[in-house]
Amino acid sequence: MSQSQRLSQGGMIDRSKPISFAFDGRQYTGYQGDTLASALLANGVRLMGRSFKYHRPRGAIAAGSEEPNALVQLETGAYTEPNTRATCIELYDGLVAKSQNRWPSLEFDIGAVNSLVARFLPAGFYYKTFMWPASMWMTYEKFIRKAAGLGVSPVEDDPDVYHGTYAHCDVLVIGGGPAGISAATAAAGSGARVMLLDEGSEYGGALLGTSDNAAAKSYIDSALGALGQSENVRLLSRTTATGYYDYNYITALEKVTDHLGPGNGGDAPRQRFWKIRAKQVVIAAGSIERPLIFADNDRPGMMLANAVGVYINRYGVLPGNDVVVFTNNDSAYQVALDASAAGATVTVVDTRRNVSADLKSKLEQNNIRLFEGHAISSVQGGKGVESVRIMELSADGESLQGQAWEIVCTCVATSGGWTPSCHMFSQSGGKLKYEESIAGFIPDSSRAKNSCPNVSAGSCNGVFTTQECIAQGVEAGISAAGAAGRSGSVPSVDTFAVNEIPQGAIAPLWLVPTVHPVGEGKAKHFHDFQNDVTAADIHLAAREGFVSVEHLKRYTTTGMATDQGKTSNLNALAIMANIQGVSIPEVGTTTFRPPYTPLTLGAVGGQESRELFIQERKTPMHEHHVASGAVFEDVGDWKRPWYLPKEGEDMHAAVQRETLAVRESVGMLDASTLGKIDIQGKDAVKLLEMVYTNNWQKLAIGSCRYGLMLNEHGMIFDDGVTTRLGENHYHMTTTTGGAARVMNWLEEWLQTEWPEWEVYCTSVTEQWAVLAINGPKARDLLRDLTDIDVSKDAFPFMTMREGTVADVPARVYRISFTGELSYEINVPARYGKHLIEALTEAGKKYDLVPYGTETMHVLRAEKGFIIVGQDTDGTVTPHDMDMDWIVSKTKEEYLGNRAQARVDTRREKRPQLIGLLTEDPTVVLPEGAHIVAEVLDKPPMPTIGHVTSSYMSPNAGRSIALALLQDGINRKGETVSLSMMDGTVHKAKVTDTVFVDKEGVRVRG
Amino acid sequence: MFIINCPYCGDRDQTEFSCHGEAHIPRPTNTATMTDEEWGDYVFFRSNPKGYHRERWLHDHGCRRWFNALRHTVTDEFVATYKVQDPRPQIPGDGDQS
Repeated sequence: MSQSQRLSQGGMIDRSKPISFAFDGRQYTGYQGDTLASALLANGVRLMGRSFKYHRPRGAIAAGSEEPNALVQLETGAYTEPNTRATCIELYDGLVAKSQNRWPSLEFDIGAVNSLVARFLPAGFYYKTFMWPASMWMTYEKFIRKAAGLGVSPVEDDPDVYHGTYAHCDVLVIGGGPAGISAATAAAGSGARVMLLDEGSEYGGALLGTSDNAAAKSYIDSALGALGQSENVRLLSRTTATGYYDYNYITALEKVTDHLGPGNGGDAPRQRFWKIRAKQVVIAAGSIERPLIFADNDRPGMMLANAVGVYINRYGVLPGNDVVVFTNNDSAYQVALDASAAGATVTVVDTRRNVSADLKSKLEQNNIRLFEGHAISSVQGGKGVESVRIMELSADGESLQGQAWEIVCTCVATSGGWTPSCHMFSQSGGKLKYEESIAGFIPDSSRAKNSCPNVSAGSCNGVFTTQECIAQGVEAGISAAGAAGRSGSVPSVDTFAVNEIPQGAIAPLWLVPTVHPVGEGKAKHFHDFQNDVTAADIHLAAREGFVSVEHLKRYTTTGMATDQGKTSNLNALAIMANIQGVSIPEVGTTTFRPPYTPLTLGAVGGQESRELFIQERKTPMHEHHVASGAVFEDVGDWKRPWYLPKEGEDMHAAVQRETLAVRESVGMLDASTLGKIDIQGKDAVKLLEMVYTNNWQKLAIGSCRYGLMLNEHGMIFDDGVTTRLGENHYHMTTTTGGAARVMNWLEEWLQTEWPEWEVYCTSVTEQWAVLAINGPKARDLLRDLTDIDVSKDAFPFMTMREGTVADVPARVYRISFTGELSYEINVPARYGKHLIEALTEAGKKYDLVPYGTETMHVLRAEKGFIIVGQDTDGTVTPHDMDMDWIVSKTKEEYLGNRAQARVDTRREKRPQLIGLLTEDPTVVLPEGAHIVAEVLDKPPMPTIGHVTSSYMSPNAGRSIALALLQDGINRKGETVSLSMMDGTVHKAKVTDTVFVDKEGVRVRG
Repeated sequence: MFIINCPYCGDRDQTEFSCHGEAHIPRPTNTATMTDEEWGDYVFFRSNPKGYHRERWLHDHGCRRWFNALRHTVTDEFVATYKVQDPRPQIPGDGDQS
């Protein structure tokens, strides 16, 4: 049965290049230039998949990207891709595809039992059945997920490479059919920089499916050749414009090497995602034929009329030897003639009674039977159409009458008219208008969005002859180029005519009647093939009140499948309009949304995946940490050493050792990531006074002060130490994660509220490498390396000294986040590595221990120092943190001042920071654990607070915790209960927040 | 994805900017004497119009300057962008200078 439906001649395939491929485990042969769908049809395979809900047998109905049925699982393993349209897969040697949603096989599918219980699976079935009781959903879901569905996602990593790229142009032309090609030619001739995109492998659009496509091809080649010569033109085939966003920002997916097969793309990426900014856009996206909706119109062999023409003319494949053409307009007559010329026995069934004499005579000349005023009443055949019965339509088109005739056929070519592809125009924000003469929506150029200048041309604009399309394209190209400021001399653009019969006078028949009322009897009238939605579902939605177009869509799922209703939406709207007795524009359309066709997520990500997904910030000492065996933690974008385990140590052991060492000898921490802002100018102190809660007027040069920043809600949002370096010169530090936020905060106020102030803020975070040395031996260690007098009196706590450390210039800040004697040594970033190496060497005799952020957290918690963002969450005031000591009572004004006097920030029983000591000192409470007012048998229990920080403290010799507790400050000494997820309850005593060195002697040592 | 005309740099892609809500809300200078309601109005309440809106933008990934824009919240058309200290541009078809 090798290529039994392949015509002996014709088509644009390369018969000298046979290609072998496998579908559902069987080997077939096609030709270079085939799609998977055309090659399967050539081999007599009509059945390509099972439908989503009812598991009905389905075949391809289209020849392009609008295909709803023929979705296959392409390739295997890591390369596998679900829901791929067979009509868009270019055939390559060794291609492997499988049909979807069938088990155990396509021919015999157990799920087809859904068809037998179809009565019980109408629209809204999920909502009605599974909303209640909620617990039963868990049971139903497994069944539903297995029974309904499409392809299977790959489980392995995507082995392919994707690129993203940007482009700018004067005129972007979307669609490379006759309108698009002529628009690009005219625009390029005007001197515009032009991009021309087409989703197909070949330019030409509908021309490729005509019987004189050989002549068309030479016309296209000559036009493309001329465009290709032009330096200001970029041609992108296999490229689909997927989204149209504000200000003419268009995204497009280029399938660079998909057509070569997996792994055969060489160095080229699999796909490229274009982000294009165009001054003007010409939309020449073409149009999509609608199926007629009649009883059992989904049997394999049923196709859109134009698709039959394309398979015959472009691919040299006759989809069936006996063809019934079922139409309500003229365009399908060309398909009847083409099929007849290809050797098929053809019958035309036209719902209209006034077929023109010209068309009738053409049919007669070719011995094609014509039934006027008739319609298909039923279809015979399960896995493929075997025959249809036709009956006469009543004058009003609402019923069938007279005798039924049976016509044997294996292919039914249907045309319900043409729907202009308004997706791009609609996505750009433009509104559509209904055009009675073509029974479809077209762009209303008077209601386009000003920020998205575009013009539609060709059949997406409602004109259907090649010559009209070319003429509109030329006009659009010239006007777009002109609007983009290019108005050079425009060359004349050749026009071209093909064998085609335009749609002509269409007689809409949105739902073909049967002998039964819709919804009764066994037959189904599908309008949305991919989501298995029928006309009866629309009737049901109307009966139940879901008449708004947006409700109709969601209730029936019409247009919500991966094809987004390209072939179904207008039919659905029209059926609803008929039910309600209103016009189609009164029903309206749903919103067109990107992407136009399904899009590979990998392509959207482009190069920004894996290690390039997010930038990593590394300190100048990073290499040293790596060599020291540090385990890293992400803090913002920074990589910070988390802990530095010795051989055989786990995290707990390493942190306990590091924490003890800091208080016993000396430890060092890379603090380079702390935010640092250099502030200068005569009004610098005014800025500090406004952004911090405490006083800054009297800070001496060379002295440091801790500050707390509030937002205008009065809530803490950052903290840090700021040092006065000179008369009008300050060095501010911020939290690691808050650096950018604080910088923006300062700039916002300075630029928008106090622009007259003379203050300059410069981020210097990355200019300085910082090592913090902490512990009783810190002074001894520093003394060995510096020319600064480090004696207690010469260099007291909360001051800064400049000098050299390890022979490089340094600023040393005697500040402490551990409660120990501590120095933060700042050197220019380029000396960071040198500094840590010098300290490591010099520190040997003092048992210097490098430590990471986890130990830093334990050490500061032992002292009750808060971490903004851990112990605070944007809802706590300084008072809640028991930090009234840092809030000025004398300053007239600062940011966040007024909010602290609000009723809510003053109310009693706000959560306040306290310490917790568990009754069992070995219990480390989980952070986030709830303090409950009352222990009940099971949750929920009334919560009065939660743990914010919790560690095993080797220096306290027990577990410690910080927590936010309602009215906590007044509860010190009380015992509270904490309820764990597993039901255990821990008791803990409420204490103050300082667990080590309560008098604060060590830090001043 | 807008194109925004930074008054300092010229036309740039929206990805370089961030929007910071309604413009021309000066920080009160009499905070000590304000009622909670007045203060709440300053901190929390914004006009949120369907139509023309004067708003603050920051050219984050560019010159890092704050500026104001007059934008239509439905069509996303930028009528004007202007520096903080510049006079307010007029709303199209509206004599109101506010």
